[in-house]
Formats: sequence, C-alpha cells, structure tokens
Amino acid sequence: MKAKIRKIATFVEETCTEMGRAVQPPTRRAAAVAVIENPCAGKYVEDLTELMDIGEELGELLTQRAVTALGIPANTVESYGKAAAVGENGELEHAAAILHPKLGTPVRKVLGKGAALIPSSKKRGGLGVVLDIPLGHKDAAFVRSHFDGMEVRMNDAPRANEIMIAIAVTDSGRPLPRVGGLTKDQIKGEDGLR
Amino acid sequence: MPEVRVRKKLTTVEEIFHEGGPIASTPLHRAAVLVVIQNPFAGRYVEDIAGFMDDLKPLGMEMASGLISALGGDARVVKGYGKGAIVGSAGELEHGALWHVPGGYGMRELLGGAKAIVSSSKKVGGPGARLDVPITHINASYVRSHLDAMEVGVTDAPRSDEIVLVLVMTTGPRVHARVGGLKASEMKGEDGLR
Repeated sequence: MKAKIRKIATFVEETCTEMGRAVQPPTRRAAAVAVIENPCAGKYVEDLTELMDIGEELGELLTQRAVTALGIPANTVESYGKAAAVGENGELEHAAAILHPKLGTPVRKVLGKGAALIPSSKKRGGLGVVLDIPLGHKDAAFVRSHFDGMEVRMNDAPRANEIMIAIAVTDSGRPLPRVGGLTKDQIKGEDGLR
Repeated sequence: MPEVRVRKKLTTVEEIFHEGGPIASTPLHRAAVLVVIQNPFAGRYVEDIAGFMDDLKPLGMEMASGLISALGGDARVVKGYGKGAIVGSAGELEHGALWHVPGGYGMRELLGGAKAIVSSSKKVGGPGARLDVPITHINASYVRSHLDAMEVGVTDAPRSDEIVLVLVMTTGPRVHARVGGLKASEMKGEDGLR
C-alpha cells in the first residue's frame, strides 16, 4: 500500500426508536475511518498524484471495512458518503486529492453500483475534530428520505502531519422519514439523480 | 422494575498499527459498544432504584457478546476491559452507578470469569458528551502495559431522560508500551491485582 496507515476505526450505529416510536426495522449505518501520514505535509507540493493514488486504495479498503462492519451484502447498501480532515500541516487541497479524482471508482466496484455522486465534506482541523459525513442515496441523489449525515471523530487524530479519511454506508434512510419527495421505490437509478 | 427501553446502539472498533514507532506485528484492537436507554428514574428523586440492575443484566450480556463478535468472535483474544455511563441532565450520577453490576457481570461471564475489577468512569452530560473509559487487564489490574483508556460518545445522546451505557474491550497492551511495571507474562491472575 502507498498509504501509511496508523489506525483504522469503524463505527456502526443502529437506531431502534425515535420519540418513543419503534423504528422497524431499525435503521443501520456504518463508517470506516483511516488515519494516514500526509506525504505532502509541511510544504507546498504542486503534483498531488501520490494522494490521488492513496484515495484509490482507501476507496476500496474503507468501503469493504464499512460494509463488513454493517454486516450486509455490499449490493444492498442504500446510501453513502465520504469525508476527510487534514491535520494542521496540510492543505484542504490534500483532502480534495484523496476524495475526488480516484476514490469513487473502487467504492462503486465494491458496492456493485452507485450511479449518484458520492456526497462529501472536508476540513482542516486538530485532534478530535468532528467530521460530518454527508449521506445520499447511492443511485439517485434526489431520494429525500436518504438525505442524512453521520458524525465521526477520533480523539487522537488527525495529528499535524496526518489525514483522516472516512467512508460511510447505510442499509436505510433516516429513521421515520416523512417529509415527502422522491422515494426509493420510485427511482430509475440511471442518471444518478432520480 | 421498569423495562429496558433501547433507542440506539453504537459499536466502534479501532485497529491501531503504530503511533509513530515500529509497526506492531499484531495490531491492537479496541472496541466499544454504547447503548442509549431510557432513564426510568429521570425528572424526580426515586429512592428505590437498585432493582433496575437485575433488569439490565440481559443487556450487559448482549453488549459483552456484541463486543466479542466485533473483535472477531473469540473471547480468548480479549485482554483488557472497562465500562462507563453517561447520564442525561434529568438524571443523577447514581443512576449511572446502576451499571456497575450488570456491566461487569456480562463481561466476566463471557470472558471465563475474569478476575480484575472492571475499571469504570461515569458522568452526567448532554448529547455528544465524551467519556474516557478506563481500561485494565482483565485478570490483574496492575499490569502496566494494559492500562489504557478509550474516548467514546454518541452525537445525539444522552437526551435529558436517557442514559448511555458503555462497555469496552481491548486485545492487548498499548501499541508502544515501554514504561515497565508488572508484565502480563509475570502476573498470577488470582487476586485480580497481580
């Protein structure tokens, strides 16, 4: 692997009730987060190819980890999202290099499909910084029940010369969705939007 | 006594390869399971609360079993443990103390009668409150290499009338443990201390 990984964490959330009402079946989602050394920390680097290649590796690794943690077949994942936090000696552009050029293809390969844009967020921050990973339906971005977000953080990352990269997957949308819009059983899933 | 009403569950697993030093031949795993329950005593002073400990025992077993599964399913890999609770603002610290017996019971039972006291922390806090859960060796509290802690929390819990219950297990010493003291290989494991 090109990525020098210090640690990997997975988070699995299961919501059973909301405001006293049962969520049946419970909504479940998982995130996998890697903490890696930032090879471009502390200096201006024009060519970010190395980070793009790392993004490709992590796209596969973290999607597999998240799906395994969720414990469902990869092709039944309903929504997804990605995010990165760069330590203080790095640039926001480093997060962009990991997330955008090459990370998505292996994610979609693991999941079997993924016509929609993978929603993303990025930031620079210190240890314990909170990453809000945006979530959207993997085949049709307009599915309103699946607009969501998942918060992850690690108290000891990112250090100044590190980057924290997260991929989240779900088996469902929000618990008890009831604000209308396109529903998952209405989608075509061809253009990634509807 | 009241039934245990679960709103949500969160499982976190960390796999730690290094912390700036040599890469571990066997990565350290740390896992936490957090369950958000309704606090049946919130909002008023209730004198007689102790019976709820028995009600929590099945949940303690379920959480301990879930942790072992998250660490690969073999209880023999578990070398450290800890527990904790975060009580929402309409409850008392004493409600968190209800977790001592059922939390410890479940882990000891499934870890083959672990000898050491299960170290713990608790607090009253709002949604997103973080808790540092102390960790010690399961059979001898003085094993210095295994003294550790894991920071945990749930973004949207505890609400005022909820309690977050936590169990934590680890598979070994701190990744670069080197400050001496009693070694795991030297302990007797009879009195729970050495």
